[in-house]
Amino acid sequence: MKRFLIPLGLFLVMACTLALALKRGDTQDLPSPLIGKPAPAFNLSQLDDPAKTFGPQKLKGQVWLLNVWASWCTSCRKEHPVLLDFAKQGLVPVIGFNYQDQRDAGQQWLTLHGNPYRLTAFDEDGRVGMDLGVIGVPETFVIDKQGRIRYKVTGPITPEVLKDKLVPLLKELQRG
Amino acid sequence: MAERRRTGRILPSLLLALALPMWVLAQGTQGTQGGPNANLDEHVNRLTSELRCLVCQNQTVADSQAELALQLKKEVRKQLAQGSTDEEVRAFMVQRYGDFVLYKPRLNSSTWLLWGGPLLLLGLAALLVGLYWRERRAAWDGAPDSVLPTEEVHS
Repeated sequence: MKRFLIPLGLFLVMACTLALALKRGDTQDLPSPLIGKPAPAFNLSQLDDPAKTFGPQKLKGQVWLLNVWASWCTSCRKEHPVLLDFAKQGLVPVIGFNYQDQRDAGQQWLTLHGNPYRLTAFDEDGRVGMDLGVIGVPETFVIDKQGRIRYKVTGPITPEVLKDKLVPLLKELQRG
Repeated sequence: MAERRRTGRILPSLLLALALPMWVLAQGTQGTQGGPNANLDEHVNRLTSELRCLVCQNQTVADSQAELALQLKKEVRKQLAQGSTDEEVRAFMVQRYGDFVLYKPRLNSSTWLLWGGPLLLLGLAALLVGLYWRERRAAWDGAPDSVLPTEEVHS
């Protein structure tokens, strides 16, 4: 009986390790290496007016949200009502980041579903998105007064994430 | 018996015949191979084979046809063409996507177990085997005749 204890013990250790790893699981939730670092500088044209530009430096001194979206992105549609609601509260500016899209498709999408954004930066080829480490859409960045990325939501913002995580964090950053 | 030997000879050639068109098809999808930039192509291919496609996480950037992977391939090509070193390109990727993007992770505080684990396990196994041997030898020395026939113990 005793001779089975070692293999059995080893097996249990292995099973526990695997179970923990499975539970921790979803590798979609990769921590962004950009958290704590300054948001990458860029200067993109705005979606509704190619003559106007936007870059993160324009919002220095404010806490704000950068929401990456695209007209071809289906989960963005799920997220959109949450964003519309949040923007109405006027807690912080919400800036749109239209990623790998076409100008008229993006504009149409906002007309159709509503526009929660103070303005939308237009990243046609996704090159700036690469600097932001965008893997999939939607993604949302919290940027603080010093222009540093403080938090990142991968995937659609749910009402729970908004209430439990984003709003408390935004309020805290505004006080700071 | 003779029948079986014949199928034994036919089967490999049959498999080869089936595999050949696949190989040709696979070559076709590579597309950018050859041509004046063959060296650069090869370099891009080699480097992107070390990078994980973030969207389809079980593929390399080189293998994947996902939008992001194609874009990363383009970026790697551009940077290599401009004279960046492999290490600079890797640093560019890690800065944006984290260590996770490397299929061959670097040795740092969060990956030491990954790299050291196999050695650790080997050490543990050696220790267990050592203990087991000592126990057995002790048992033989104590009561050789009762455990095994003597000629087997000394052979």
